[in-house]
Amino acid sequence: MAYDGKDKVLEEVTAKAYEFGFTTDIESDKAPAGLNEDIIRMISAKKNEPDWMLKTRLEAFEVWKTMEEPEWPHLSYTQPDYQAMSYYAAPKQKKKLNSLDEVDPELLRTMDKLGISMEEQKRLSGVAVDFVMDSVSVATSFKAKLGELGIIFCSMSDAVQEHPELIKKYMGSVVPTRDNFFSALNAAVFTDGSFCYIPKGVKCPMELSTYFRINESGTGQFERTLVVADVGSYVSYLEGCTAPQRDENQLHAAVVELVALDNAEIKYSTVQNWYPGDADGKGGIFNFVTKRGICHTRAKISWTQVETGSAVTWKYPSCILKGDYSVGEFYSVAVTNNAQQADTGTKMIHIGRNTHSTIISKGISSGRSQNSYRGLVQIMPSAENARNFSQCDSLLMTDTSGAHTFPYIEVKNPSAKVEHEATTSKIGEDQIFYCLQRGIDAEQAISLIVNGYAKDVLNQLPMEFAVEAQKLLAISLEGSVG
Amino acid sequence: MLTINKLKASIGDSEILKGLDLTIGPGEVHAIMGPNGSGKSTLASVLAGREDYAVTGGKVDFLGMELLEMDATARARSGLFLAFQYPVEIPGVSNINFMRAALNGKRAHEGLEPIAGKAFLELVKEKASLVELDGRLRNRSVNEGFSGGEKKRNEIFQMAMLEPKLAVLDETDSGLDIDALRIVANGVNSMRSPERSFLVITHYQRLLDYIVPDFVHVLVDGRIVRTGGKELALELEERGYDWIKEAVTS
Repeated sequence: MAYDGKDKVLEEVTAKAYEFGFTTDIESDKAPAGLNEDIIRMISAKKNEPDWMLKTRLEAFEVWKTMEEPEWPHLSYTQPDYQAMSYYAAPKQKKKLNSLDEVDPELLRTMDKLGISMEEQKRLSGVAVDFVMDSVSVATSFKAKLGELGIIFCSMSDAVQEHPELIKKYMGSVVPTRDNFFSALNAAVFTDGSFCYIPKGVKCPMELSTYFRINESGTGQFERTLVVADVGSYVSYLEGCTAPQRDENQLHAAVVELVALDNAEIKYSTVQNWYPGDADGKGGIFNFVTKRGICHTRAKISWTQVETGSAVTWKYPSCILKGDYSVGEFYSVAVTNNAQQADTGTKMIHIGRNTHSTIISKGISSGRSQNSYRGLVQIMPSAENARNFSQCDSLLMTDTSGAHTFPYIEVKNPSAKVEHEATTSKIGEDQIFYCLQRGIDAEQAISLIVNGYAKDVLNQLPMEFAVEAQKLLAISLEGSVG
Repeated sequence: MLTINKLKASIGDSEILKGLDLTIGPGEVHAIMGPNGSGKSTLASVLAGREDYAVTGGKVDFLGMELLEMDATARARSGLFLAFQYPVEIPGVSNINFMRAALNGKRAHEGLEPIAGKAFLELVKEKASLVELDGRLRNRSVNEGFSGGEKKRNEIFQMAMLEPKLAVLDETDSGLDIDALRIVANGVNSMRSPERSFLVITHYQRLLDYIVPDFVHVLVDGRIVRTGGKELALELEERGYDWIKEAVTS
């Protein structure tokens, strides 16, 4: 069943898109398969973009044509046929459902377990309710409050129109077009995403969440996010949601750029639960994401991710510690089950003096899945007194799953101190039996043990997100240990 | 309370329990002693429902239920508690949360609502004082970084929290110094009641000075070969097991 958790929301997107002159005929709004200059011109025109944006896209396309899809990850999948895909489709208005009875019961069961309220379940599964109106008003008052502080939080499309100076200055400044195959592709064809700017000295008073923004823009296939925290500001940004998300597009190649200017702090939390495909991984989403942040003097960027979905994940949220005394952190839990594959980790590039980075990675593999940690800690010659601590743990739930660790450490300054700890263990039969003997059932026992194992990472998430993430881990591993 | 009838169990190809009979009445304390490899810990594991062991024969009645038909969780929720010889560490899971999950599992089984936060904390405080388990140990991850003695005290604390009908103590005295032994024994003794029974597995008579049994059984080669009162433990302490083994084989 083709399901996208934001049907109702998409409806609004569609409505909004009409402003830009889309036709009402949905089929005619889909670009023909294939990627060429004309398609890119079409995307840019549909979005009514200024010339400079089109030029950037075309340059990116030229670069992409010269690049090859990376083969170094520990992943095995059939490479998508990039000329067989369509790169532009106006968000479809999907069939509106009248009640929860029409929703996939499996999905409802999962949402129940996640503790998602009935109203929220309706919203997520596209049942028509008044609640959406409430949600819009919440979002509106939320925007008013941010506006008073001078915080900009809008779709990337709007930002290109309304804040071209900021976009020109920062887009591509952290993840350049030619960074990698997928970032180049994204730069050429991205359709939307989020933009956030926190002015000097402002502490954003609430967690910024795409969840609120969803009313304006569905998650695109090629999403582009840019967060700029000006001098001395702070923001906590939440991406994704715990409810299972399905999408008709198999390939997702997003780019996220974070810029933390002097003394600024950005906390970026992700919960990713894209459809992993059936038990054989068929139909699952390929998630190839480039996420990177740059820290100026005394700035701090903290990435926290809980990855449970997608058939294939390729993702390395990274920090460039350019400024002296800047700090980078990476906290990750990656769960793979059935035939899922994940190759994920981080890069910490120490350039400034007295820069610090911390990496805590917890992999959990079940079923026949393969879960790899890949990380680079690079201490440049200029990075006097740099410090890094890395801990990479792998937990195997089954005999048929795999855990792999590929840590790369490059130290070019003798004053650096780099620590790396790694463990691999199988979930203890003894631990499970101990729980059972205390009257805890098997499912809850696994949930307790796994959440205990991932605690250091989950603790980094904002409170409400953390509670949902805990439940999500348990659900992702259901039936893992017989 | 518990009636074990011709229980046979094996692990892999080797048969460990070879037709064991034992009856424990309400309020009774039974001690099982025996040489290494006689099957003492196997008996504890089989009663608790560990799946590593294959039960190949016999029946076990627990409070009118077919114990061997129940899974480990159901046995625990019905009132069977095993104090482990080697308590297991669960990193990242606080002792308190662990106990709350356990207690609420049992309460659900009894048709009760989950315990309220305040009542739970009061219960924890009361039961922890029985074995002098301080706040630090209560809030740490389950058994992680606990000393041998602390782990055993934690077992008795958990037992006190769950108020089982039958508690099996598997070599709870191993690795305990004399002070810890006294604390553990006091905890157990404070829980003795006409409705609660104990099966105390031990190598040494020493523990039985503190937890005085009503019956002592000697387990040799997978069978109970002799039963007596507490004086039997003293005799074993003095003479060892060989004379019994010889008496059995001849």
